Amino acid sequence: MARIGVFICHCGENISATVDVAKVAEKAGKLSGVAFSVDYKYMCSDPGQTLIIEAIKEHKLTGIVVAACSPRMHEGTFRKAAEKAGINPYFCEMANIREHVSWVHPKSDATTQKALDIVRTMVAKVKKNAALFPIKVPVTKTALVIGGGIAGIQAALDIANAGHQVIMVEKKPSIGGHMSQLSETFPTLDCSQCILTPRMVEVAQHPNITLHTYAEVESVSGFVGNFDVKIKMKAKSVDYKKCTGCGACWQKCPSKKIPDEFNEGMGFRTAIYSPFPQAVPNKPVIDRPNCTYFTKGGKCGLCKKVCPADAINYDAVDEFIDVKVGAIITATGFDLKHADFFPEYGYGKFKDVIDGMQFERLASASGPTAGEIRRPSDGKIPEKIVFVACAGSRDKAKGIEYCSKICCMYTAKHAMLYKHKNHEGKAYVFYMDIRAAGKDYDEFVRRAIEEDEVQYIRGRVSRIYEKNGKLIVKGVDTLMNSEPVNIEADMVVLATAVVANIEAESLAQKLHISYNKHKFFAEAHPKLKPVETNTAGIMLAGACQSAKDIPESVSQASASASKVVGLFSSNELTREPIVAVVNRQAPPNFTSCTGCLLCQEVCPYHAIETEDIKDRGGNLIKRAARVNAGLCQGCGTCVAMCRNKSIDLQGFSNDQMLSEVMALLNS
Amino acid sequence: MRIGYYPGCSLEGSSKEYNDSLFAVAEKCGVTLEVIKDWSCCGASAAHNLNHDLALALPARTLALAEKQGLEEIVVPCAACYSRIAGTKNEISRNVAVKAKIEGFIDLKLSADVRILTVFEFLQKYIFPTVDQHIVNKLNQKAACYYGCLYTRPKEIAAVEQIENPMEMDEVIAKAGATPIEWAFKTECCGAGLSVSRTDIVAKLSGKIIEDAADRGAESIVVACPMCHMNLDMRRPEIKKQLKKDINIPVLFITQALGLSMGIPADKLGLNKHYVPTDKVVNCIVKMEA
Repeated sequence: MARIGVFICHCGENISATVDVAKVAEKAGKLSGVAFSVDYKYMCSDPGQTLIIEAIKEHKLTGIVVAACSPRMHEGTFRKAAEKAGINPYFCEMANIREHVSWVHPKSDATTQKALDIVRTMVAKVKKNAALFPIKVPVTKTALVIGGGIAGIQAALDIANAGHQVIMVEKKPSIGGHMSQLSETFPTLDCSQCILTPRMVEVAQHPNITLHTYAEVESVSGFVGNFDVKIKMKAKSVDYKKCTGCGACWQKCPSKKIPDEFNEGMGFRTAIYSPFPQAVPNKPVIDRPNCTYFTKGGKCGLCKKVCPADAINYDAVDEFIDVKVGAIITATGFDLKHADFFPEYGYGKFKDVIDGMQFERLASASGPTAGEIRRPSDGKIPEKIVFVACAGSRDKAKGIEYCSKICCMYTAKHAMLYKHKNHEGKAYVFYMDIRAAGKDYDEFVRRAIEEDEVQYIRGRVSRIYEKNGKLIVKGVDTLMNSEPVNIEADMVVLATAVVANIEAESLAQKLHISYNKHKFFAEAHPKLKPVETNTAGIMLAGACQSAKDIPESVSQASASASKVVGLFSSNELTREPIVAVVNRQAPPNFTSCTGCLLCQEVCPYHAIETEDIKDRGGNLIKRAARVNAGLCQGCGTCVAMCRNKSIDLQGFSNDQMLSEVMALLNS
Repeated sequence: MRIGYYPGCSLEGSSKEYNDSLFAVAEKCGVTLEVIKDWSCCGASAAHNLNHDLALALPARTLALAEKQGLEEIVVPCAACYSRIAGTKNEISRNVAVKAKIEGFIDLKLSADVRILTVFEFLQKYIFPTVDQHIVNKLNQKAACYYGCLYTRPKEIAAVEQIENPMEMDEVIAKAGATPIEWAFKTECCGAGLSVSRTDIVAKLSGKIIEDAADRGAESIVVACPMCHMNLDMRRPEIKKQLKKDINIPVLFITQALGLSMGIPADKLGLNKHYVPTDKVVNCIVKMEA
């Protein structure tokens, strides 16, 4: 005979302000099988849990229903309390009368009745509960880091230094990401490459890190602790075991007019190329769509002739490798909004209207102008530059409501770098607000304004057009009587919006992680789980989650690395036993499963295997379905498909569900 | 498909040539327009400055009458009327309380699902499918398409795809054999309703528009708004004084430009009704080779 305890929580006033909790407790106490019922102000508090434990012991309860918040919030808490009191934790159920009742309905009798109805269904369910035991699964102590920018590098190094294996996948020929393109970094103005390249080399040389450049994640399956990942190794056309990185090939390559991605299109590269001098690995790949050998049917072949190491291999093909990892960190970074998004600013039409990343290359010692700020159209040093902050960001009409976060700081830095190199030059910044909330950040912006005399104008730019060889920037100064301002500039730098990596959505779908409408990956909780995703074992680092600067990206990368290291600290993981099972019966049936395997067809997690049931002589009696408890996510699709009810979901069995429905119908 | 027509006050008065040229073009392509019976004023710039309820009730009445007449689609060639009517539809269909209140004022039921077409949407949808067989002339000139403010904002009712760089009229003009120019003042303000009270401001703002078009070699300016037309055309003496130069670029309605390419006589298109003479535009035209 079931002896059920019902515990109604007030949740401060969250529940009790709209639901008559005393009445619910009183009525619940009269339900069949309920041996004890009580309400209390904070059931999750220490005295609240003690109340539950004592009640279980005193009234010899066989199961409990806690009517409080969502099970996502406190199911674990109350199951632990049940376990402490000596009953199997899976005899604890929660009735959600906060999110499903008090938060969504006004105070009324109907609201109280709904709370009672939910309690009644859970009482009916818990009576049918069975003891369940957690499932243990082994952990593969290797991490996959997707993306080799500063966030990926930091995460990989942290995990590798903790003694675990790391596989890094980078789609470009070199790691380094956007940070390798930057000139100097705010708020200290130290050289970006000088602080980054030692880290890149460390990754390449670390005994615990396996680096795959020019590679992409093809597919991911499995689950936390046991992911199976297929990696596509794009054909580099160069044998890296033989290549010494001497550079003879790219010096001799005749295709020299390919826009250079590393210099944001403001320079040229060859078809066989290494993206920049400090690249890691510093070995080239052949860009096949731009290579004469591949486009003109075998003509050319110069790189093969000049290679002293015989490393060029035109016959190389894309290869796929399969790896097993226990955790995944996505560090796939961001993109900047480009050309056709800003017709009113003439971006893409006027050569001297450029974006922030292009300015970085102009200001960089390794850039196309060797660090002299010269405008792209004619190579002249501009006498007047206008910087436009919030180009696209915080603009509902453009579909981007969010703040790109890094622009206020890098725009101040750009204006400062320009002024440092051209003392007579004039720099203007159009801004909406100055968001410089970081350590030493506001001081940095003040320095640009006060010491470097950058003129800040609060207002937006409506249009940029060319007239008599000048770029006319039409804007408004909202602090000066909203006066229209026209500036005749020689160059304009747009701080264009930070957007998600163009491949973010397809990667998220491969990983089964969620993302927001702007395709930035979603964290499991905005405050308390900022680096985890909703898929166990997959973490986030850097700007793939939202716009971030270097210090933030590095902090988050270390945070996600610590989560991975925590995961790897034990040899096995405990999983919830909410999985499907195929029933067992006495011989000669063994199971009611007929082996039709419809369940296998519909299982989204590939968790259904087959089992051969044999007699003692090893003769096959029947073939039945079997659920791999490690892969099963407890979705229940197989249960719905099974024609003769041979599969059931533990914790949510057909019997339990029917009891819940009947409890509602019989009210 | 029956197409409703809302002329508004301008098309019956100061911009009669806009009305005439629209009908001439439609007739040539065999498209008939049905005037909304008993239509009333859209409220123009006066109503929404004084009384928000009135500003909604006036266009709402017209919409209700169109529904009553069984029209699913109406053409509103005046930009100000378009803005008022489309804005009213937007506000009413988003807020049931406002809708109920306005229905009370006008004593008519309203579903507010009539489609509202600008003149260039109308041309694209109903004239373009058959226009090629009627085009006999090439306008053969550089034209600056001027959209002004009412077609491009606010975003919720903007009649153009790219609000900062609209191209809809440019497409029509290219069809008529003119070369649309890239210029900087497509969506700037002409001074609008300050035409009477502060003509000096209109002269300044419209002057900038005309000057930029001239600097970039435009031989005509093409508009789809009676107010813009009035400011750029009728206020030319004040503009000339302001600019201290004599710029004589004529200003055409988009339907007049398209009509010329279809071989419709200039007087039927009302080209003789403008302040700035339009002979130069007509002289540019060349016959298409058969």
